[in-house]
Amino acid sequence: MATVFPFSAIVGQEEMKRALLIAAIDPGVGGVLAFGDRGAGKSTAVRALAALLPPIAVVAGCPYGCDPAAAACAGPGCGKWGGPSAAAPTPVVDLPLGATEDRVVGALDLERALTHGEKAFEPGLLARAHRGFLYIDEVNLLEDHLVDLLLDVAASGENVVEREGLSVRHPARFVLVGSGNPEEGELRPQLLDRFGLSVEVSTPRDLADRILVVRRRDAFDRDRAAFVAEWAAEEETLREKILAARARLPEVAAPDAALEKAAKLCIALNADGLRGELTLLRAARALAAFLGDGGVADAHLRAVAPAALRHRLRRDPLDEAGSGARVARALDTVLAA
Amino acid sequence: MNAAAPVVSGGASPGAAAAGAAAGAAGEAAGEAAGGAWDDAALAADLLALDPCGLGGARLRGRPGPARDAWLARLAAGLPPGAPLRRIPAHIGEERLLGGLDLAATLGAGRPVTQKGLLAECDGGAAVLAMAERAGATVAAHLGMALDAGAVTLARDGVEGAAPARLAVVALDEGAEDGEGAPPALVERLAFDLDLDRLRPVASPPRDVAAARGRLPGVAMPAPLMEALCAATVALGVASPRAALFALRAARALAALDGRSEAGEADAALAARLTLGPRATQLPAPPQEEAAEDETPPDETPDDETPDDAPEPQAPPEPEPDDAQEDAAPDLDALTEMMIAAARAALPAGLLEGLGAGPQARGGGAGTAGALRKAATRGRPIGARAGRPEGGARLDLVETLRAAAPWQPLRRRAAPGRAGVLVRREDFRIRRFKRPAETVTIFAVDASGSAAAQRLAEAKGAVELLLAESYVRRDRVALVTFRGATAELALPATRALARAKRALAGLPGGGGTPLAAGIDAALAEAEAALRHGWTPTLVLLTDARANVARDGAGGRPRAMAEAMAAAARVRALRVGALIIDASPRANPDAAALAQAMGARYLALPRADAAMLSGAVRAAQDGA
Repeated sequence: MATVFPFSAIVGQEEMKRALLIAAIDPGVGGVLAFGDRGAGKSTAVRALAALLPPIAVVAGCPYGCDPAAAACAGPGCGKWGGPSAAAPTPVVDLPLGATEDRVVGALDLERALTHGEKAFEPGLLARAHRGFLYIDEVNLLEDHLVDLLLDVAASGENVVEREGLSVRHPARFVLVGSGNPEEGELRPQLLDRFGLSVEVSTPRDLADRILVVRRRDAFDRDRAAFVAEWAAEEETLREKILAARARLPEVAAPDAALEKAAKLCIALNADGLRGELTLLRAARALAAFLGDGGVADAHLRAVAPAALRHRLRRDPLDEAGSGARVARALDTVLAA
Repeated sequence: MNAAAPVVSGGASPGAAAAGAAAGAAGEAAGEAAGGAWDDAALAADLLALDPCGLGGARLRGRPGPARDAWLARLAAGLPPGAPLRRIPAHIGEERLLGGLDLAATLGAGRPVTQKGLLAECDGGAAVLAMAERAGATVAAHLGMALDAGAVTLARDGVEGAAPARLAVVALDEGAEDGEGAPPALVERLAFDLDLDRLRPVASPPRDVAAARGRLPGVAMPAPLMEALCAATVALGVASPRAALFALRAARALAALDGRSEAGEADAALAARLTLGPRATQLPAPPQEEAAEDETPPDETPDDETPDDAPEPQAPPEPEPDDAQEDAAPDLDALTEMMIAAARAALPAGLLEGLGAGPQARGGGAGTAGALRKAATRGRPIGARAGRPEGGARLDLVETLRAAAPWQPLRRRAAPGRAGVLVRREDFRIRRFKRPAETVTIFAVDASGSAAAQRLAEAKGAVELLLAESYVRRDRVALVTFRGATAELALPATRALARAKRALAGLPGGGGTPLAAGIDAALAEAEAALRHGWTPTLVLLTDARANVARDGAGGRPRAMAEAMAAAARVRALRVGALIIDASPRANPDAAALAQAMGARYLALPRADAAMLSGAVRAAQDGA
């Protein structure tokens, strides 16, 4: 893999980094959507995350990246089950714009069909992304039917293929990460709340930050290996924090008071459905685990509420203030009480 | 870039004098200005040839001509020997751009054979995107990804993989009208933005790019210079960190070209002029004391006209840009001033008006586009079905092969002598395309005194409702307002509804009713939409009490006659239209206007939300 810019060297963008880390700790939060300025480092952060994440154990050679600790191979039988296991990097799969449906869900293996006349399933990107991340840059430019399909698979955790006489299902549990620039067109409102967390990204406005951005990027471009080596210790610390947080996550308590506040917050904001509340709690819990706290407190709710709720408000499409501000107002009222 | 531009900052600060001297290539004398601007452009070509991957590329604005040819020749001469320089048509298919299955080879070999895409073929060289203003967002996104990653990733048509694509992109932008131009996502990733329309190429000695290329990795950049460049981006309102990086790399490349191993102030100033100047969205106020001594104030850029509320499209918190500017001002050391002065020299004349209208309105060169073209979009593929590839239908190769695959052993048995894949007619699958039914709703809002007095607020309310409707349907909207003597395009066609709302909220009222001018402006926008291949619908909200003629003169009869004539032109263009009568009581003139326009007519007093949206939809369908 090409050398990528280290995650810990990214300047600012705290909300986006936090959201990605939360998704890395608890994939159940349900995807991250990052919308904002060009050049703010959205893709850089996602690719950096790929390098940061700890390796996972897989059945060697399994195209679905099966977990050797699982009960059985969940895929349509790759013939590797029971074989030796190996460590593999957490997959962060890029879904390039222009990808066709057959490559995304998987399709008839052309080569085997043409040369041997066999009907075999060739897994697609969804299989590769299993147990990892699926990243779509410019998600707002992706064909609507593909976005629908991805969100459906991401929510169900299973990819069902019914095409060309094939009938295949295999697990595809991944965190969907989408990014885009709102000036290119907005995401369909119906799709927004299917993402767990939504962050707004803007370029740094502070001069010192900008200088730092340019200096680090320049240093990286001039000598990638040296720059990565320089940040290796920080990356390792962060990696260990993620692992520790994952281990601690089941023990993090969510006291009734926190549940109540989350509910109040959603009511105050008139957020649709229960998904907002659940995501808010999950994210707050993951954050508490990351920070080494034993239970969910106000500070955690406050830190994750904008990302968990801003895209769920029944919004006036023309509301200029932005839903982030509305969440902040509601936070002040509810948490002050 | 503009003729007299280099003189603007002549003596604004001590640093600027140095910058002027450093930028000597630009030519001090006004008479040489055209040649100077060409020198800048030629220098940009050399820099790009020197570091194609680091600088990303250039946008060349203007129509085809000797300047463009000379520029491209210069770039080609500077690139390493054997480096590819390929032309990409704006409507290139994804399979050619990214690569995919090779039809002939696949059928011949009986197994999938992949073909390199154009982007991968350009690795190590440059791709020239022809008619960039016609390039779709998808093509722009692919180019952008290749520029960011230096590689193309492929996952289509049964092929997966990645290929290196370290290249520069030269976008030939012939967009002549405001709002038409190369996709911003692409332009953002290119270091240079050059207007070649009025330049005459001058033969100048070639620089030794090859030698400089060897020096480039060793060129050092002093920290104060880098910081000054960053500060200059802040002061000029250039949001993207990419711009600062481009300036940095350009400065290094300049030093390398000059045979030095460390970038100096002159390099940084020149780099700022080449890369930051065209991106500026605001003008920092020059230091007052110097301006007082200076006898030649920058006539094109009077400071008092610097818009305090300079639009900051990406900055929802409004007060911030001003703060940033104030904070930055005292910190500007001499170096930064020098960078800014250098960048200012590259600001085209009349930039301020452009800034007032927002970034979308910038970038248009002079001149007119050719005749109206019918957009030839083929639509997006949505799948395949059995059928024959005839009558313009395109064969979907992969699906055809998939259909044929299971039968191969059987057919081979039936025809033992035949090699390759045995495809029969019943295997043929053809592509189905979805026609993009992209629509633009153009709102022309009468903000005159007569309309404003009673109804402007209601009118805004009505337009907001319609905007919200358009949003749900994912239409584009454009907003034209007219009052006083003229009409203006408050918002070019956009999907960013928050911007539409902002434009509407800031809509001042009062003055006469230049109805004809309003219809003209809306019509121009409709024509622009047609050129893009979109379907325009016109919604005119007025009380139809026209009293200002096109030339600004008062007088009801003439104003009304002109409005009627303009309305007839709308009818001739066969654009779906709706007139919402904003008069307190239904105005027969408005109904007459609607008839002349072939438009539906709706009186606001009776309109509610549902009716309005129904009427707009009807107008769209009836187009």
